[in-house]
Amino acid sequence: MKMKKVLSILLASAVMVSALTGCGSDKKESAADSNTIKLGVFLPLTGDNAAGGELELRGIKLANKLHPEVLGKKVELVVADNKSDKAEAASVAARLIEKDKVVTLLGSYGSSLAMAAGNIVKESKVPAIGTSCTNPQVTANNDYYFRACFIDPFQGTVMANYAYNKGARKVAIVQEVSNDYSVGLAKFFKEAFVKLTGDKDAIIDIANYQTGDKDFTAVLTNLKAKNPDAVFAPGNFTESALLIKQARQLGIEAPFMGGDTWETQEFIDVGGKEVEGAVMSTAFDREKASTEEAQKFLKAYTDEYKSEPSALTAMAYDSYLIAIDAIKRANSTDPQKIRDAIAKTKDLEAVTGKTTLDENGDAIKAAVIKEVKNGKFKYLDFVDVK
Amino acid sequence: MDFFSEFFQAITNMSATSLAQHVVNGVSLGSLYALIAIGYTMVYGILLMINFAHGDIVMMACYFAFFGITVFHIPWYFTFIGVIIATALLGAVIERTAYRPLRDAPKNSVLISAIGASFLLENLANYLFSGRPLRFPDIPLLSSNIEVGDVQIQAICIVIPIMTFLSLWLLLHIVNHTKIGMAMRAVSKDYEIARVMGINIDRVISITFIIGSALAAIGAFMWGVRYPGITPMLGVMPGLKCFIAAVIGGIGNIKGAVIGGFILGLGEVFIVAFFPQLSGYRDAFAFIVLIIILFYKPTGLLGEKTTEKV
Amino acid sequence: MDKKRNMLLTAVCVVVLFGAACFAQFELDSYIRRIINLCLIYAIIGLSMNLTNGFAGQFSLGQAGFMAVGAYVVGIFTVPVELRENVFYAVPMNPLIADIEMPLWLALLVGGLLSALIAFLIGTPVLRLRGDYLAIATLGFSEIIRIIITNAQSFTNGALGIKDIPALNDVRYIYIATAVTFLFITALINSSYGRAFKAIREDEIAAEAMGINLFRHKCLAFMLSAFFAGIGGGLYGALLGTVDPKNFLFTLTYNFLLIIVLGGMGSITGSMLGAVIVTAGLEFLRIFDEPMALFGMDIPLFRPGFRMVIFSILLMVCVLFWRKGIMGTSEFTWDKFITFCKNPVKYCLGKGAK
Repeated sequence: MKMKKVLSILLASAVMVSALTGCGSDKKESAADSNTIKLGVFLPLTGDNAAGGELELRGIKLANKLHPEVLGKKVELVVADNKSDKAEAASVAARLIEKDKVVTLLGSYGSSLAMAAGNIVKESKVPAIGTSCTNPQVTANNDYYFRACFIDPFQGTVMANYAYNKGARKVAIVQEVSNDYSVGLAKFFKEAFVKLTGDKDAIIDIANYQTGDKDFTAVLTNLKAKNPDAVFAPGNFTESALLIKQARQLGIEAPFMGGDTWETQEFIDVGGKEVEGAVMSTAFDREKASTEEAQKFLKAYTDEYKSEPSALTAMAYDSYLIAIDAIKRANSTDPQKIRDAIAKTKDLEAVTGKTTLDENGDAIKAAVIKEVKNGKFKYLDFVDVK
Repeated sequence: MDFFSEFFQAITNMSATSLAQHVVNGVSLGSLYALIAIGYTMVYGILLMINFAHGDIVMMACYFAFFGITVFHIPWYFTFIGVIIATALLGAVIERTAYRPLRDAPKNSVLISAIGASFLLENLANYLFSGRPLRFPDIPLLSSNIEVGDVQIQAICIVIPIMTFLSLWLLLHIVNHTKIGMAMRAVSKDYEIARVMGINIDRVISITFIIGSALAAIGAFMWGVRYPGITPMLGVMPGLKCFIAAVIGGIGNIKGAVIGGFILGLGEVFIVAFFPQLSGYRDAFAFIVLIIILFYKPTGLLGEKTTEKV
Repeated sequence: MDKKRNMLLTAVCVVVLFGAACFAQFELDSYIRRIINLCLIYAIIGLSMNLTNGFAGQFSLGQAGFMAVGAYVVGIFTVPVELRENVFYAVPMNPLIADIEMPLWLALLVGGLLSALIAFLIGTPVLRLRGDYLAIATLGFSEIIRIIITNAQSFTNGALGIKDIPALNDVRYIYIATAVTFLFITALINSSYGRAFKAIREDEIAAEAMGINLFRHKCLAFMLSAFFAGIGGGLYGALLGTVDPKNFLFTLTYNFLLIIVLGGMGSITGSMLGAVIVTAGLEFLRIFDEPMALFGMDIPLFRPGFRMVIFSILLMVCVLFWRKGIMGTSEFTWDKFITFCKNPVKYCLGKGAK
C-alpha cells in the first residue's frame, strides 16, 4: 500500500522534472537555430470560439504559403491552441514567447483572450497583432498590442448609420450580455443612433440573453409587441442564428442587423432560410477587393478551400502581412525593433485595403456591409473612414 | 420604485396576443424540460445519484440525429427510432463503465464519476465533431408554423407536450404495472433488501438507464427541431435546468418532474415577459427557485419525506 | 523531542522553498514562472476545496463563484484610478467605488473576507442539505454570482471584463500566500476543529451525538474554504492581469475537483501534489494537441482537443480504479520520511506486506 504511494509520488515528481527540463532543453535548440524566423499564432482551435479560430488559422497559413520568406529567412509558424480560455491564452502566449522564442505573436479571435495575453506581451516586450479582437481595451494602454481589424465603436457607428439611412427610426437591441463584443457594439450603436435621430427614445428596447441560451421566444415576443423598424442583435453566430430563426417563426418581420461575427458559414447553416436578409458589417468583400494582394489572396483561397473566404480569414492574412512588412522595414528580428516598425505601418497593401495603424495601434480601414442572400453573403454597401 | 412601475407597465401594455404567445412559448419550453427531467428523476429514484451526464447524453443524441438524417440520408422517422436505440445503448455503456464499478463506493465518488463522465462526453464531442455548430436537420412537418389568430405556434410545440404526456403515461405504466417496474420500486426503496430478495440489481439498474437515455433521445430530438443548433456544450445548461426541475418536483417522483419542468419553463418565460429589465438574469431564475424550494421543502413539491437511518 | 524536530524541519523546508522561489523569480523565464505560479494558486484553491469536500465531507461545487468574488475585488480595486475611465468605457464606474484604490494585499484580504461573508449568507440555507443537493445548490450559487457579475456593469464592467490589473507574476509573493494557507490549514486540521470536521465527515449523526455543533462547524469550514478560494481567485486575477465573468463558469470548479480527487480527498499534502501534477501535467499533455508524426506518418489522432479527452479519461480512471488518489486521507509526515530515508527498502516492504 505504502509502496504504491511512494512510487506514485516518485512518478509524479519525475513527470514534473521531465516537463520542466523538457522546456529548458527546447529553448536552447530554438535559440541556436537562426535560419528561420518564428511567428507565434495563438488562436482558439477548440472550445466556444473554435469556428472563428479555424477560419483565421486558414488565413495565416495561406499568407505564410504565399510569403514564406522575409530577410532571406524562412518564416515558421508556431501554432498554439488557447482553448477559448483566458488562463490558457495567457500560458500559451508566454509559452510561445519564452519557449518557442517567437518574434511576434498573431492572434487572437476573441478580445478577452487577447487581453489575457496583453500583459505578457507588454512584460516581455514582444509585439502582438490581433486578428479580430475588436474590444477597444485590447490595445488601450498597451504599446505592444496592435490589430488588423477595426474596433467596436467604429462597427457600432457604421451599423447605426446604415440603419438610419435605410429609414429606421425606432430600433430594438438584443444583446448577448455575457459577451464583451456584443455589449460593446450595442453600446456604440445606441450612442450613434440616438445622435443621428436626435430622439433619445429611438432605442425602444434593450433585451439581454446569455451565451449558450437556446430559447429566445420570451424576449422576442416582448419585442414583437413594440414593433421596431429594425433589430440590432450583435453576438455569437450560433445564438444569433437561432434568435433570428425564432424571430421569423414568431412573425417578426423587421430586418436584423449585426456585426462581423455573423459572417461565417455556420451562421447560414444553422439559420437556414430564416437568416435571409440579415445585414452585417464586416471588413472585406470580393467586390471591394481593390488591392493586388487581395486578388492573390482570393485566387489562392478559392484554389485551396474551394469556397469564398470570410473577412476573418482576410484579417488574419493581413495580420501576417503587417508582421512581415514590419520585419522587413526593421531589417531585424529583434522584437523591440519590430514593434517600432509595426507602429509605423502606413498604407500597407493588404487584403482588406490599404492599412494604416493609428496611435492606439488600431487599423484604420473601411467597412463593408453585407447581406445574406440565397444562402450567400452578398455585398451591399461600403462605408469609408471619415 | 422604477422596478415596479416597469412591471405594471409591462402588464398593462401586454396585449392578449402577446400573453397567449408567451403561454405557448412557456408551455413548449416547460414540456421540453419536463421530458428531459423525467429521465433524470428515474435514474435518481433508483440509484440516488445525479446522473450529471444526462444532459450530455441529450447532446450526443442530437449528433446521432444529425448523422442519421444529414449525413446518411435516412428518413427522419427511421432515424428517430435509430437515435433512441443508439442513445439507450450509450446510456447502458456509461452505466456499465462509469457507475457500476462504484456500486459500493461512497456517494461522493459516484458523483465525481458522473461529473467525469459528463466532462468526458463533452470533450469527446469537441474532439470528434469540433466546436463548430452543426444544424439539426430540418423536418418540415414538425418545424412548420400554425397560425391561430395572431399567435404563432410551431407544430413541434404541439408535439412536445404530447410526447411528454405520452412518455409520462408509459413510464407510470411500466413502473406501476409491470414486473420490472415492481423490481425498480423495490430497488429504490431499499437496494440491499432487494438484492437479498433475489432481484438482479445490475439488470434493473441497466434497464433504468436504458429507459432514461431513451427518454433523453426523445427529448433531444424535440430539442433539436425546436432549437436547431448542435454544439458539444449543448447539453450543459438544459441538463442542469432539468435536474433542477426534477428537484423542484421532488426527485425520484415522475409526476413531480413534469410539474417541475412546467414551473421552470413557464417561470423563465414569464420572468422575461413581466420583468423585461431582468432578461439578463433569466438563467439565474432556475437556481433561485431551486434554492427556495430546497430551503422550504427540501424533498420537493411531491417528494416523500425520508428520515436518515442511523 | 520529535515534535520539536518536526516543526524545525517544516520551518527549514518552508525557508528552503522560499529560497527556491527567489531562484525561480530571478533565474527562470516568465513561462516557467507562470506555470509555477499557476500550480501554487491552484494549490491554494485545491486546499480550500479540500477543506469542505475532503475534511468536512460536504460536497460543495461553488469554488468558481468564490474565486470570482476574490478576483473581482482585486480587479475592481487595484486598477489605478486614472486608468479606470479607459477600462469602464461603456458604462462609467459607480461613483461609490470609483475613487477607492487598494494595494494588492489589502484587496486580496477584502476579497477573501467578502467571499467568506457570502459563504456565510449562502451557508445558512444550503448547509442543511446533503450530498447531491448540496453539490447542485452550491453550483447554482456559483452560477448566480457569475450572472450577477455579468449584469452589474457599473461595478464589474460586465462582460467587457477588467483589464490593467497590476500584474503579479512573482513567484515569491504567491509562494508566501500558498505557504501561509498551507500552514494555516494544517494547524486547523490538527486542532480540535479539524477533528470535529473529520467526525462530521465520517458520521454526522454520531458527531452530533458527541456534542459537535454540526451547523457551526460546517459553516466554519465553508467560510474558511470560501475565504481561501477568494484569495486564490484574487491571485489568479492578478496573475492574468484581467478578469471577465466567463472565466468563472462552473466548469472551472472541475479542475479543482480533479486536483483533490487525484491528490486524495482529505489530505493536505495530497492537494498540493495534485495541484502540481494537474497543472504541470496539463501543460505537458499539450504535445497531444500538436500534430505528431511517427516514422514519417502523421498520426491523425493528434489534433486540438485530444489533450482534453485524455485529461477527462485520466479523471475517470482515477475515480474508478484509484479512488483514494495519491495520498488517500493520510499525510506526508517527517516521521515517515525519516523512517523511509533510514531504510527505504525495509520501509516499503514492511508497509507493502500489510
